[in-house]
Amino acid sequence: MPQPDAGILDHRDRIIARLLAVLPAEAVIHDAHAIRAYECDALTAYRCPPLAAVLATTTAEVAAVMRICHEEGVPVIPRGSGTGLAGGALPTADSVLLGVARMRDVLEIDYANRFVRVQTGITNLAVTGAVEGDGFFYAPDPSSQLACAIAGNIAMNSGGAHCLKYGVTTNNLLGVTAVLMDGTVIELGGAHMDAPGLDLLGVICGSEGQLAVVTEAVLRILPKPEGARPVLMGFDSSEVAGACVSDIIKAGVLPVAIEFMDRPCIRACEDFAKAGYPDCEALLIVEVEGSDAEIDEQLGLIKQIARRHDPMELREATSDDEAKRIWLGRKSAFGAMGQINDYICLDGTIPVSELPRVLRRTAELSREFGLEVANVFHAGDGNMHPLILFNANKPGDLEIAEALGAEILKFCVEVGGCLTGEHGVGIEKRDLMTVQYGPDDLDAQMQVKDAFDPRWLLNPAKVFPLDVSSGRRVA
Amino acid sequence: MRPTTETELAEAIRGATGPLVVRGGGTRRPGRPVTGAVLETGELLGITLYDPGALTLVVRAGTPLAEVEAALRADHQMLPFEPMDHRALLGTEGTPTIGGVVAANVSGPRRVTAGACRDSMIGVRFVDGTGRVIRNGGRVMKNVTGYDLVKLMAGSYGTLGVVSEVAFKVLPIPEAEVSLALDGLDPGAAVAAMAAALGSPYGVSGAAREPGGRVLLRLEGLAGSVAHRVQALAAVLGPFGTCARIEAAGSRASWAAIRDAAALGPVEGDVWRVSVKPSDAPDVLARAGGTALMDWGGGLVWVVQPEGTDLRAKLDGIGGHATLVRASEATRARLPVLHPEPEPLARLAAGLRAKFDPRGVLNPGLMG
Repeated sequence: MPQPDAGILDHRDRIIARLLAVLPAEAVIHDAHAIRAYECDALTAYRCPPLAAVLATTTAEVAAVMRICHEEGVPVIPRGSGTGLAGGALPTADSVLLGVARMRDVLEIDYANRFVRVQTGITNLAVTGAVEGDGFFYAPDPSSQLACAIAGNIAMNSGGAHCLKYGVTTNNLLGVTAVLMDGTVIELGGAHMDAPGLDLLGVICGSEGQLAVVTEAVLRILPKPEGARPVLMGFDSSEVAGACVSDIIKAGVLPVAIEFMDRPCIRACEDFAKAGYPDCEALLIVEVEGSDAEIDEQLGLIKQIARRHDPMELREATSDDEAKRIWLGRKSAFGAMGQINDYICLDGTIPVSELPRVLRRTAELSREFGLEVANVFHAGDGNMHPLILFNANKPGDLEIAEALGAEILKFCVEVGGCLTGEHGVGIEKRDLMTVQYGPDDLDAQMQVKDAFDPRWLLNPAKVFPLDVSSGRRVA
Repeated sequence: MRPTTETELAEAIRGATGPLVVRGGGTRRPGRPVTGAVLETGELLGITLYDPGALTLVVRAGTPLAEVEAALRADHQMLPFEPMDHRALLGTEGTPTIGGVVAANVSGPRRVTAGACRDSMIGVRFVDGTGRVIRNGGRVMKNVTGYDLVKLMAGSYGTLGVVSEVAFKVLPIPEAEVSLALDGLDPGAAVAAMAAALGSPYGVSGAAREPGGRVLLRLEGLAGSVAHRVQALAAVLGPFGTCARIEAAGSRASWAAIRDAAALGPVEGDVWRVSVKPSDAPDVLARAGGTALMDWGGGLVWVVQPEGTDLRAKLDGIGGHATLVRASEATRARLPVLHPEPEPLARLAAGLRAKFDPRGVLNPGLMG
C-alpha cells in the first residue's frame, strides 16, 4: 500500500473533531484498541488500522462525512460487513473508514412491482428473510450471505451458486442512492426497469467502492420456485465431468446450479461432513427447479445426457433429506478445507468449454509448485474456485501459494477467461490487471474514476496497479 | 465513411475534423438529431466466435441482427432479450445491426425475466473519440475484473465510443411456448392481472396489454413443464376472467408484434416510450390518453400523442422517464428526445463524455 500522507496524520485531531461534530460520539471510532476491528477484511494477511472508523446510520451522515474528508483531502475507505476476500476494504493509516453496517433498514417492500428498497448495510440473507414469508426471494446468493452486506455485494457485483439462471448483482439491482466523494447525493434508477441516460448504475455496480458510497438500493425480488431438487453425478475423470457440463448446457435445459468438486475436495468434504459422496475423480451437483412434474422432466433429460458420459454414480434426491445431504458436502467445502489446511481461494472464470484444459493445467502447475490444489466451483458459468493448500507456519509457503495462484489466473486469462468472477480485484489481484488489460483498457477505466472522483480520494489504492494509477492518485 | 475493419474505424475517428454521425443500419434514429459526416459501421461484419456449449457469441458490430439470430437458431439458441425491430413503428428502411441494438440497449418483452440487452452483454471492443481501441469484459458470464464499461457502452448511443465487437451470453430456445389471453380488462385490472402472473412461480416470460385491451401472458420451456404451468397460471388468473389459450405460432406472432410496437405503426401522431413502476401504468394511460401498448407488466408503456405534445408535462409527478421515439424533425429539435437528467447526473454524464470523447466528435449533442 502507498505510504500514508504525513500532512493528514498531523491533522488527525482536527479531522476527528470535525467528524465528531456531525456524528454521535459512539459512531466515531478512533481509540487505538477498538479501531483494530477495522484493520482488515476477510483477506486477513494484510492489515492496517485507519485514522478513524465511522459508522453512519443515514445517507445524510454519509454525505457529511464525505464532505469533510473531501475538504481535508482524506481518503475514504467504504466498508460493508468486511467479508470481502480481495482486500477491497483494507484501510491505510491516513484514511477514514466509512462503514454502513448500522444501516440495516428495509425501507419498502412492494410485491406488486416486485422490488424492495433497503439500506445497504443489511445482509444479503436478511433481504430474502424480509420477503420469503410471502413467497419471494432475492436471487444473488454469495456463500457469505449470512454475513455479507448488500453494500459490499454492489461494490463487488457479487454472484453465487445460482447465477446461471438468475444472474449476478448487477442483473438484480434496479436503483441506488449513492454519495459521491464531494458529498453530493445522487439517485440512479428506481422501481422502473430502465434508467434514462448513460448506465451509471451499471458502472457503479462492481466498481469496488471507488466511484461512490451506495447507501440505499432498490433490488429486484423474484417469486420462489415451487420446488428444487439436486442430482449428484460421479465421474472417473475431471475432463469427462467438464464435457458433461457443456453437453447439459447445450441441450437446452438450464439448471439453476451446476457445482463441481474434484477428488481432493471430495475427500476433505467426506471426512468433514460425511455426506456420502462417491469415491471418484470428479463430482457434479446439478439442481433444477419447478413443480415435481417439471423437475422430473428436466432431471430425466439431464440424467440421459449424464449416462452418455458413463458416470460411476448417478444419484437423484428422492426426499428433502437426501437433497440436503447432497448439498451438505458442497456447502461445507470451504470449512472442510480450512480444517485440514490453510488455503488461498481464487475465483478466475473461464469459458465452460475450456474446463478440461484448465483443470489439466492446474494439476500440472500444482505439481510444479509442490502445493496441492483442490477444485470446487460453479461449473455452469465457468467460475472456478481453485483452493491452493499451504502451511501458513512454514516460512515462504504463502509466497509460493500466491505465485502459483498468479500462474493459474494467468492461464484463465489465456484461455479467454478473467482474473475474478465474483470476489473482486481489491489489492489481491491489483498487480495482475495488466495480464488481462492493456494500458489503454486500464486508462479508459481510470477515466471513469476521474469523472466521479477527480482527486482519487475514494478507496484510491485498489483495483489498478499502483504504478499505473500513481499519476492520478494524491493518496 | 464505411470502415471494414476495427483499424479502419479507429483511423476514421482519429482523422475526424468535425462531428461524426455514427450509424449502424439506420433503422432506429435515436436521440436528438445530429449533423455531421456519416460514419457507418455496417461493413464491420462477421461472427468471430460462437461456442454453444458455453452459451457465448462474439460478433462484429455491423453484422445484421437477422444474421446473428439465424446463426443462433441453427444451434437452437437465441439472444435472451428479444430485441425490437423499429422499422414497423418508425417506417424506416434498412437492415438492423447488432451494434445498433447495443448502442440503444434495445430490449423486448422477455426483459421481465431475461433482463435487458445490457444484461446479456459480457464484453465489448470499441473505439473512443480519440481513436483508441478499448477492450472491456470478455467472453465469460461472471467477470468482475475492473470496471464494467460493457454496461456503460450499452445505451450510450455511440457518444462514448463506437462499438466494434460485442460478446453476448445467449440462451437455449425454449422447446415450447404457449400464451394465455384475457379480454376486456381495463388498464387497472390488466396491470393487476399481470402483477399476479409475474408474482407467481410459473416463470411468465412476457406480460403485455395490446392497444385493443387484450392481455397476453407467455410461458416458455420444456413442453411438459409449459403444459403444467398453463394450468397453474390459468388458476391464478381466475379472478380476472377465463383465459384463452394461444398456441405456438399464434403466440410467437403476437409477441413479435408487441416487441415491435407494430400496432402503433399506422396510428397518426408522435410515439413516446414511457418507463415507469408497473403499478403507475394505468395512471400514465389515463393522463396521456390516445392509443397505448403496455409491455413488461406495465413497466413499459408506448403511447401515441398528437403531434408536438409534451407528454412529460402531462405525466409530471409520476416517477420514471419518457423518450420521444417517433416525431417530426421539428418536434425532435424542440422537445428533449431523451428524458432530461437532474443536475448531478447530467454533470457526471458530461464528465464521462469529455473523458471518452474530448474533441466532441461522436454523435455530439445526441444525449445532451
